[in-house]
Amino acid sequence: MLPELGHFALILALAVALVQATLPLVGAARGDIRLMALGRTAALTQAFLIVLSFAALMQAYVTSDFSVATVVANSHSAKPLLYKISGVWGNHEGSMMLWVLILALFGAAVALFGETLPDGLRARVLAFQAWIGVGFLAFILFTSNPFLRLSPAPLDGNGMNPLLQDPGLAFHPPLLYLGYVGFSVTYAFALAALLEGRVDAAWARWVRPWTLAAWCFLTLGIALGSWWSYYILGWGGFWFWDPVENASLMPWLAGTALLHSAIVVEKRDALKSWTVLLAILAFSLSLLGTFLVRSGVLTSVHAFAQDPARGMFILGFLLAVTGGALALYAWRAPSLQGGGLFQPISREGGLILNNLLLCTLCATVLLGTLYPLFLDLVSGAKVSVGPPFFNATFVPISFALFAALCVGPYLGWKRAELWPALVKLRTAFAVSVIAMILAAVLIDRRATLAAVAFGFGVWLILGSLYELADRVKLGRVSWSETKRRLRATPRASFGMTISHAALGVVVLGAVGTAAWNAELIRTFRIGDRADFAGWQVTLAKVVPVRGPNYEAERAEIVVTLDGKPYTVLTPERRLFLVQRREVAETSIHSNLLRDLYATLGEGDVQKGWTVRLYYNPLAPWIWLGAALCALGGFVSLSDRRLRVGAPKRSRVIVQAAE
Amino acid sequence: MKSNRLLYLLPLLTLAILAGFFGWSLLSGRDPASIGSPLVGRPAPRLEAPALFPGKPALTDALLRTGKPVLVNFFASWCTPCLAEHPLLERLASRDGVTIIGIAWKNKPEEARAWLERLGNPFAAVGYDLDGKMALDWGLSGVPETFLIDAKGIVRLHFRAPILEKDVNERLLPLLKAGS
Amino acid sequence: MTRPARSAVLALAVLATASVLTSARAVEPDEMLPDPALEARAREISRELRCVVCQNQSVDDSNAEVAHDIRRAVRERLVAGDSDSQVRDYMVARYGDYVLMKPPFRMRTLVLWLGAPLVLLLGALGLWWTALRRPPPTPPAPLSEAEKEKVAALLDSGASDSGAGDAPRPRDDG
Repeated sequence: MLPELGHFALILALAVALVQATLPLVGAARGDIRLMALGRTAALTQAFLIVLSFAALMQAYVTSDFSVATVVANSHSAKPLLYKISGVWGNHEGSMMLWVLILALFGAAVALFGETLPDGLRARVLAFQAWIGVGFLAFILFTSNPFLRLSPAPLDGNGMNPLLQDPGLAFHPPLLYLGYVGFSVTYAFALAALLEGRVDAAWARWVRPWTLAAWCFLTLGIALGSWWSYYILGWGGFWFWDPVENASLMPWLAGTALLHSAIVVEKRDALKSWTVLLAILAFSLSLLGTFLVRSGVLTSVHAFAQDPARGMFILGFLLAVTGGALALYAWRAPSLQGGGLFQPISREGGLILNNLLLCTLCATVLLGTLYPLFLDLVSGAKVSVGPPFFNATFVPISFALFAALCVGPYLGWKRAELWPALVKLRTAFAVSVIAMILAAVLIDRRATLAAVAFGFGVWLILGSLYELADRVKLGRVSWSETKRRLRATPRASFGMTISHAALGVVVLGAVGTAAWNAELIRTFRIGDRADFAGWQVTLAKVVPVRGPNYEAERAEIVVTLDGKPYTVLTPERRLFLVQRREVAETSIHSNLLRDLYATLGEGDVQKGWTVRLYYNPLAPWIWLGAALCALGGFVSLSDRRLRVGAPKRSRVIVQAAE
Repeated sequence: MKSNRLLYLLPLLTLAILAGFFGWSLLSGRDPASIGSPLVGRPAPRLEAPALFPGKPALTDALLRTGKPVLVNFFASWCTPCLAEHPLLERLASRDGVTIIGIAWKNKPEEARAWLERLGNPFAAVGYDLDGKMALDWGLSGVPETFLIDAKGIVRLHFRAPILEKDVNERLLPLLKAGS
Repeated sequence: MTRPARSAVLALAVLATASVLTSARAVEPDEMLPDPALEARAREISRELRCVVCQNQSVDDSNAEVAHDIRRAVRERLVAGDSDSQVRDYMVARYGDYVLMKPPFRMRTLVLWLGAPLVLLLGALGLWWTALRRPPPTPPAPLSEAEKEKVAALLDSGASDSGAGDAPRPRDDG
């Protein structure tokens, strides 16, 4: 009964979304307050209905209702509860449900927290957001209904891909979708602004929290996915430039560019049409990712079951959403007059450089991801575009971005001098160069690229912290004065410092893991001992263990340092009983400076087991840095100025800081 | 002002081009996993394998230079798609008189022999490649794979999947008839 | 289950042509060369070769049979004295450009390799061009008579007490 209720609620939600997508627009055009207010009610109703529907689906998974086809295909009664829940979105149908759920929740959030928005703008934003909802709800109802029943119901389900039965991957899709879908709000704001022909500081301030929130979640989602592949795939890689990873990176890059260009709109009333374009692109690239993952036009290791019919639907939808928006853009954007003038060397100039480089990075990823497809269609030639290509193209361009990143915040608005900014950064620069040289000489003479990247990592951290120190005149005025300045510094500035420095932390982690790791791949018999990266490792024993839905072999690898016990690594090889599939459970000893990482391969008592050991210096920094980066975003989000929209207050702070 | 207008149309144009490619890709039925066959149009790689059945002569390049087109088929008894493909090979050999050379890939000779004895042997000559070393020269990615070598010893077709009725009628037979 | 993991996520785990025999995973101890320098080169090369049956994995990471064969062939070629690029050419002759994770710079990959620098260049040129074309700031409209009088009155009163008409200086962010 509940699945039918869920199905029914979903149909109702589609009807409500249709209302929300049309009537408020009419109301906004006619100035009819009642029709405009309908948008708010509809958004809340739609969210309620979809929550209901989602809950019904979740109930079917949690209670293992095997009369529902998707539950049979993706769940099993012996699965732990967490994975019964995460199983809801671990498949195509359920993940689309999660998508519309988050979309509806964002819509409701705009309705609830958009009190300060003018009625017309709010009505239009909600209407455009609802159009996206209409598309996805129709997609679910017509091609991917998760509530279809099976008769007769089988006794048990087919289970879930064991690789997805992992806490990291349970939360990865919700976070990622919060990011993707969050950009739908920004998109809706952009369309509303185009329609109204008004992009100004107030608009930029309204959009900023939504962009920031989406960006933070996307950052976390990408990091979580990367972390998952790090520990599950078993050889310490964390980024593979796989199409699906690239699909999540592109909206992140566009979103990052948007965050920065929106500042220019807010402070200087310039870059308007460009910012609106980025707002459209950030969401369009999110949709593109969805299309690439589900249509089967590219192969990926993470893809869902692929279906060209669904592909056609999403392509049509992508075309409607993006094409419609870009057509509106082509029509209306030329009338958006830029305001503030500025010199090339200025804060604005720096932010434009940031945008140029971020967009180039985004274009690189897009081209690298799609080029095999283009070439195959045009000429039939097959090429692969893998990590070495991106290392040769993406990495140098990001170096340029890193170099400029610390200088930008030193430049004043309108007109600035480059040289004084560089002089202020001289210590940070000198230390970074020394770090680069030390890295090249001490750690690895061969991997010069890694040494350069290491230097940039140090530069990002120091340069960002220096800017904050300079801002509060640390060491140059009395401590109480510094404290007063710290308190007067807006949270958005702290957020910037944290996120920029965090990027440096990520870079250091990536360099350490990718370039300076050590590995040992060896056959160990019980009692065999080997030296590895300064430790002594011994395979003490291999014992059988039993989990809720798997059987496993667990190795105990005793690690000693100078004869003293250090730790015991216990990698497992799990055989999931329902799917008859083996999954390695890595064992990682982390001390926040480095990971000691072990996986267990095949073997037996006679032949011994293949054991892989990795020493990954700075590996935890990748995810620590990503989390910090998102934290910076959240700190910035908590800035009161964003919520009350009071430009006056910021001026007060500026004067106080003088 | 006109060129400016065009600039604003650029994103839309880019999208149209992208969407065109995606639509083309979806409609063309392109297999994104296909890796292509660089051997087509080039002389057949070396053929050098011990005979599967004891007492038969080993497989050599001479088998590819008989002045008649031949099919070279890599198979294994453990491979399910090979089982599906087998009747078609039988028919090609008996009805269409095609010379097919078989090579058991990563297959114990006794298992491959038993498989052929059970299902019938469509091959004019059968060898085996236990460690896959020769198959690497053929750019093999798995089994079954089938190559059509023309009368001059040039590779004309390369199927990286079980051949189907459609492939036989539309691609194999026309080339075979033209070549003989 | 390490490397198989990646290919296993594909719902179409069993490709028609790729029935996986055993489940060796990635480079195995018995495949490795005793000479560490040669082995390091072999690893480097196989990391840049794409496995031909499991999508988007390098030969070094893959558990497929063919990947094992390719790893072995790479090492045999190296032991026989081939240079790194000869080994790569050997694989390209058999599997085509597809097998290279980094596409060679050719006519048909021109757009791929030059695309990003082109975007950067065009973007920079475009910015420069707009900066050039930007109309000079329009001079403010001349003051009306009433305004002139007001200004004069203000200046008079200001001159009397400080004598300096200092404009507020732009903020120094130091």
